[in-house]
Amino acid sequence: MVKPPLSQEEFLDTYGPTLHYAPPGGFSSVEDYDALVDTHCCFCGQQCGIKLKVKDNAIVGFEPRYDFPFNKGKLCPKGIKRYLQGSHPDRLLHPMRRTEHGYQQITWDEALTETVSKIQEIQAKYGRDSFAMLSGVSLTNEKSYLVGKFARLALQTANLDYNGRLCMVSAGAGNKKAYGIDRASNHWEDITDAKVIFIIGTNIAECFPITTDYIWRARDRGAKIIYADPRMVPMARTADLYLPLRCGSDSALLMSMLHVIIRDGLTDEAFIEAHTTGFGDVRAAVADATPEWAAEITGVPAAKIEQAARWYGEAETGMILHARGLEHQVKGVENVMSCANLALATGKIGKPGCGHSTITGQGNGQGGREHGHKCDQLPGNRDITNPEHRKYICEVWGVTDEELPGKGITAQEILNEIHEGKIKGLLSICFNPLVSLPDANFNREALNKLEHYAVIDFFLSETAQHADIVLPGSLQEEDEGTTTSGEGRVIKINAPVTPPGEARRDWEILLDIAGRLGRGKYFQFNNTQEIFNELRLASRGGTADYSGITWEKIVDTQGIFWPCPQTTDEGKTTMHIENLDDRHPGTPRLYEGGKFYHPDGKAHFNAVSWRESAEVVDDEYPIWFTTGRVVSQYLSGSQTRRIGPLVDQFPHPKLELHPRMAKQLKVQTDDWVTIQTRRGEVIIQANVVNTIRPDTVFMAYHWGGKESANLLTQRALDPISKIPEYKVSACRVRLATPEEQTEGERTQFLSSRTEKNLPAGYNLAERRKELRR
Amino acid sequence: MSDFRFFVDPIRCIGCKACMQACSECDTHKGKSMIHLEYIERGASTQTAPMVCMHCDLPTCAAVCPADAIKRTEDGVVQSSQAPRCIGCSNCVNACPFGVPRYYPEIDQMLKCDMCYDRTSVGKKPMCASVCPSEALFYGTLEEFQSRRGGKPQNSFQFGAQTITTKVFLVLPDGEMGLDMDVISHMDARFEPNAFDHLDPFAHLEPLPMEQGQTLRGRL
Repeated sequence: MVKPPLSQEEFLDTYGPTLHYAPPGGFSSVEDYDALVDTHCCFCGQQCGIKLKVKDNAIVGFEPRYDFPFNKGKLCPKGIKRYLQGSHPDRLLHPMRRTEHGYQQITWDEALTETVSKIQEIQAKYGRDSFAMLSGVSLTNEKSYLVGKFARLALQTANLDYNGRLCMVSAGAGNKKAYGIDRASNHWEDITDAKVIFIIGTNIAECFPITTDYIWRARDRGAKIIYADPRMVPMARTADLYLPLRCGSDSALLMSMLHVIIRDGLTDEAFIEAHTTGFGDVRAAVADATPEWAAEITGVPAAKIEQAARWYGEAETGMILHARGLEHQVKGVENVMSCANLALATGKIGKPGCGHSTITGQGNGQGGREHGHKCDQLPGNRDITNPEHRKYICEVWGVTDEELPGKGITAQEILNEIHEGKIKGLLSICFNPLVSLPDANFNREALNKLEHYAVIDFFLSETAQHADIVLPGSLQEEDEGTTTSGEGRVIKINAPVTPPGEARRDWEILLDIAGRLGRGKYFQFNNTQEIFNELRLASRGGTADYSGITWEKIVDTQGIFWPCPQTTDEGKTTMHIENLDDRHPGTPRLYEGGKFYHPDGKAHFNAVSWRESAEVVDDEYPIWFTTGRVVSQYLSGSQTRRIGPLVDQFPHPKLELHPRMAKQLKVQTDDWVTIQTRRGEVIIQANVVNTIRPDTVFMAYHWGGKESANLLTQRALDPISKIPEYKVSACRVRLATPEEQTEGERTQFLSSRTEKNLPAGYNLAERRKELRR
Repeated sequence: MSDFRFFVDPIRCIGCKACMQACSECDTHKGKSMIHLEYIERGASTQTAPMVCMHCDLPTCAAVCPADAIKRTEDGVVQSSQAPRCIGCSNCVNACPFGVPRYYPEIDQMLKCDMCYDRTSVGKKPMCASVCPSEALFYGTLEEFQSRRGGKPQNSFQFGAQTITTKVFLVLPDGEMGLDMDVISHMDARFEPNAFDHLDPFAHLEPLPMEQGQTLRGRL
């Protein structure tokens, strides 16, 4: 049983989130630093370049990094204040064991011995797959690769999955089905050449802020912007055409746009003929998808759908950008394929100013979904069920096919099986499923059923509070490696500082556990560059081919776009890393000349038919509920909810609702409201704004505990990608009772601790001393 | 610095507050942001307005300062108040037509944006314009600005009877004539019921589904 040993308040008293505001030594010493180190932001998939100021082995501030071509100095608030994590008093500094009275500090040896003996005990009793691992895509490519290898060769379990399952998998599956490869089709610079940019289901200004600049640059050159979203988000405010579709209706809109494009003869027949297959089926599938039909479903006037289709179809060049808005659905993969159908039907792909890209949410959302910590994947974006792929990786790793586990189950399914009692043990790294997975009450029950749970993390996240053993890991700035940005650019992360206290680098912890499990011979790495070089070999010949990339080349060129394969005969056949060459320049734009990555060299149309979401509104729950992000918070908030200036921007989640709905509910801005779904309820304050559909409410999902949007969402999964349907639920809303309001105010009070009002038991002075590395 | 100009284009602003967070990193004002960013009317729009000091040619704040604590440099940058002189009276706070200066009771002093004088006087860009993701804040030459983008930079403003010219440019959409700030009438309009109804992008959708349990339909 892994029930948390402390109450929610006791956890807050000891482990935060505490709001932290100033660098070590305060602001008076900002201009006093030892070094300025080039690296990248640790948050979203844009991976902006940034310079970090270092003093006495701590990060004390930032400087804009003008030389990095993607962002040229630009940053969003998260990047600017990220340095406040490094010397944060909530940092985990020692291994800990759970006792009945809270967590007790223990030695590394004790922590690892106990973890390893529990792994062995559980696997001996219930079988290898009864111990699962959950990983995250904030990890570098090196760590992602290592986790994939660690789970399969050290834990020897099939059940490894990652939090990209909640993020990138619909796009990944859709891209693979359409194009045979999973990457944004172009480097971002191509956006500026587009004459029409069609943006659907993504709040670019808040989730990918620097991309705003690319879209404005296109607009300055005459581009038209079409924006489809249930909310009039900041970028949509200035769009040339705004399509206010209701959540879950994306594929109807996209089908109807294709219908108009075909009806009005705007297809590129020569391109379809030469470079694609399956257009006939798609043509038949959208034959009845008239704008009037789609208007009924989406709530977007038919004339606007016609307008959008014609603008996109008639333009010489055009880009489609989308993100979780249409991917976080049980139709996520179909929605992505519908976008691909539009791009392919009009031939707007593989040329400057033309493309179809998904916007990656997480820091290494792109690279992290390529190198093997997905349950069905091997390095190089290979398929774990493909005998040829398995054979090659077995050769690289020096194991037999029997020793390499098969396909496992996905993140939410792992939690489901824990709840069922099939999975008994769990190791997680940089993943906070209690906040980020849907139906939080169910997942809390599941975690309480585990026989053993070990966690590697740098803050005690809501999920980690259920752990038996806590292993303090490293922040991005404490470990060297590479990540791959949303545009497919492999970049170098530098490590200006070392971990504080007894915290260790994540990869060193994994190597230590592997050694203690008696599997050390497969993990002979002295540093992360050696891990990268093995990744190069392992990815060679896969679709995500990194074999021609070296760390040195990345630094020289400000990033390399994969695929970057071997050029020499020896490089293509060698099993010795030192014989790999680095002559290939990389591939900023995919599909040039109509070259796609399916075995037949063509792109594939995929027919999609309209179906409803898993849960729709009814008499009992008449309001659509959808979730998303705000600009100053990141994912489950484990990091950003501890950074004072970012919390001040958005201290607590608020429920956005339209004035017309508010009038009906008799709710005004800042009133306390209770939102209920079939899974649970949340009490938060209202924000009455006319920038959301009148039948829909919106809540950001970055908060845990009683402020968690995922208390309300459901565990319905896309049948192909297994992504949960966060974006579409049915709810009801009412004014909160006085008792509920008191509870809500108490929740807010508890999650707003600053260093000035900490209880004595927190030992702030002691922690600060230990943070000095 | 003299060839470089500062442009503010609120249409591009996405309200992310990167400018404020970057501004607060400067050690001359210790974690406080000298740039302000506010929603114009969040109930009706996501439009936000970033406000840097406009660096007036004849700064009203300096004109009303009884202690002569606000100085303008030769290159046209109006500095924050000088600590030994500032008496914390807030005359400048009340007088500035752009609402820029702020009084900080904890130090009994007015502080305001000085266009990152520590950076711009040595050829660097100001923090806020360096980080702004959408280039709503842009620092460069006029030629650079005009070669990259549209819009009409303007640095002359009419507040009632007072004409003010500034070092900082506000970018108006092409075709806009000028800015006559009738602040009072705008404030009156805000209190009219339904003042912003015409801005509702969802006006075509009806009825609400709250009682019938039916989905919302477009008026087709």
